[in-house]
Amino acid sequence: MSDYNFAYLDEQTKRMIRRAILKGLAVPGYQVPFASREMPMPYGWGTGGVQVSAAVLTPQDRFKVIDQGADDTTNAVSIRKFFERTAGVDTTEDTRCASVIQTRHRIPEAPLSADQILVYQVPIPEPLRFLEPRETETRKMHSLQEYGLMHVKLYEDISRHGAIATSYAYPVQVADRYVMDPSPIPKFDNPKLDMAAIQLFGAGREQRIYAVPPHTKVVSLDFDDYPFDPSKADHACALCGADDSYLDEVIVDDAGGRMFMCSDTDYCRTRRDAGHVGTAEEAA
Amino acid sequence: MMTSAEATPLLQVRGIEKRYGARIGCTGVDFDLYPGEVMGIVGESGSGKSTLLNCLAGHLAPDAGQVVFDTRADGPVDTVAMSEPERRMLGRTDWAFVHQHARDGLRMSVSAGGNIGERLMAVGARHYGDIREQAVDWLGRVEISETRVDDRPSAFSGGMQQRLQIARNLVTGPRLVFMDEPTGGLDVSVQARLLDLLRGLVREMGLSALIVTHDLAVVRLLADRLMVMKDGHVVETGLTDQVLDDPQHGYTQLLVSSVLQV
Repeated sequence: MSDYNFAYLDEQTKRMIRRAILKGLAVPGYQVPFASREMPMPYGWGTGGVQVSAAVLTPQDRFKVIDQGADDTTNAVSIRKFFERTAGVDTTEDTRCASVIQTRHRIPEAPLSADQILVYQVPIPEPLRFLEPRETETRKMHSLQEYGLMHVKLYEDISRHGAIATSYAYPVQVADRYVMDPSPIPKFDNPKLDMAAIQLFGAGREQRIYAVPPHTKVVSLDFDDYPFDPSKADHACALCGADDSYLDEVIVDDAGGRMFMCSDTDYCRTRRDAGHVGTAEEAA
Repeated sequence: MMTSAEATPLLQVRGIEKRYGARIGCTGVDFDLYPGEVMGIVGESGSGKSTLLNCLAGHLAPDAGQVVFDTRADGPVDTVAMSEPERRMLGRTDWAFVHQHARDGLRMSVSAGGNIGERLMAVGARHYGDIREQAVDWLGRVEISETRVDDRPSAFSGGMQQRLQIARNLVTGPRLVFMDEPTGGLDVSVQARLLDLLRGLVREMGLSALIVTHDLAVVRLLADRLMVMKDGHVVETGLTDQVLDDPQHGYTQLLVSSVLQV
């Protein structure tokens, strides 16, 4: 079974996906419909992201996959192996060395550069979906730029919780035009959406591709008196001592013990290799 | 009702026709509605009242005719020929539409405050404190307790839902309100309170309104003028009291004499 076409998909399919990607880049934040293929993995495991990655990969690329920031979780490992086998590309865990990074639910902590592509796996691309169930209506709202409803959701958050409680998949407006779901990344990552790298979003089940070109204005929606707050856990990483990275809370014993550590494993390891230590290491 | 010669009508309807295939929805409807005037449209089920209202409000595209609305910015404009974004903008600023079933006009999964605030946010309000203040103010005006501002409409009674729908529609200060059987499905004492409230709001805000109903008591209380429809045609128009007390057309006579006397 080594006779796959390069990167699994056939060339016609990749052309079709590339056209959708180009259209997405030309109209930032607009959801471009595409003929999503059945992939050898279940929906929800990144079928959209995998198809976008397959369409942009070249044999010279170095590929990295992260899942919730980690390189070593099931989803990341299986997608990395999938492309090692079907495309034969080099893979890496080092953010800075990778030319294509497929991600689920995180943006890497290390700043990305102009020669990198970040591919997001998107479960539900429509930011208005839970407010307006009709697809015909949400399309009309996008085309007429009627986004008042998005603020109704934020209003509900404040009236119920006293603050905007949406903490992931936080809606953004791209290039002063389309309101976009940035996929379920924590809102801590939202300010990074305005970056030097190309960002591509693929939703396999929903058959949509959208994109944010480099250095595009991305604004997180908020109220004048309740401004956007990219919050994170109020701790430093227990392993590397970083206080500027997004943290995972990990339960370590049955007595309620817990520790906070970087969700970006590559960032954490790079810092530890450079000699940084956190509280857990100091105690040991 | 004052309709001085030089006043521009708020709404001029000319030759509106809507067909469903070979069947007539409504045809040949002409009338003027002046600022501050309330017009009732009565008729039996299937007489084309709701079709007409939906054509006027832009929910249905009429097959022929003009609906000229006196806009704030550009004066009289034919809303049928208007572009869709403009018509939708009108629909959430100068126009309001009160549905018969509050569930059609409300977002049931959004709190009362959010429901009232939606139109404000749709026209660009971005200050939570201001939006909430207006929501609370409007709840008070439709006689709903301020403490219910964070409750969902599904926890409200039918009459409260209908009042909430009215508040949600009037919050942006519209000039023309379309109402489709606003009191349908409510018990009589709740109906009476709602009518009282509507009459107060219409007078206080100087609203113009088109009220579709089959309940003659509603038009007797609210409407200045009356239009009687039968089989898609307007069979009689005139001042409300005149039409109800001295009906000329056979159908109107039947309608008036069909009202049960308690």
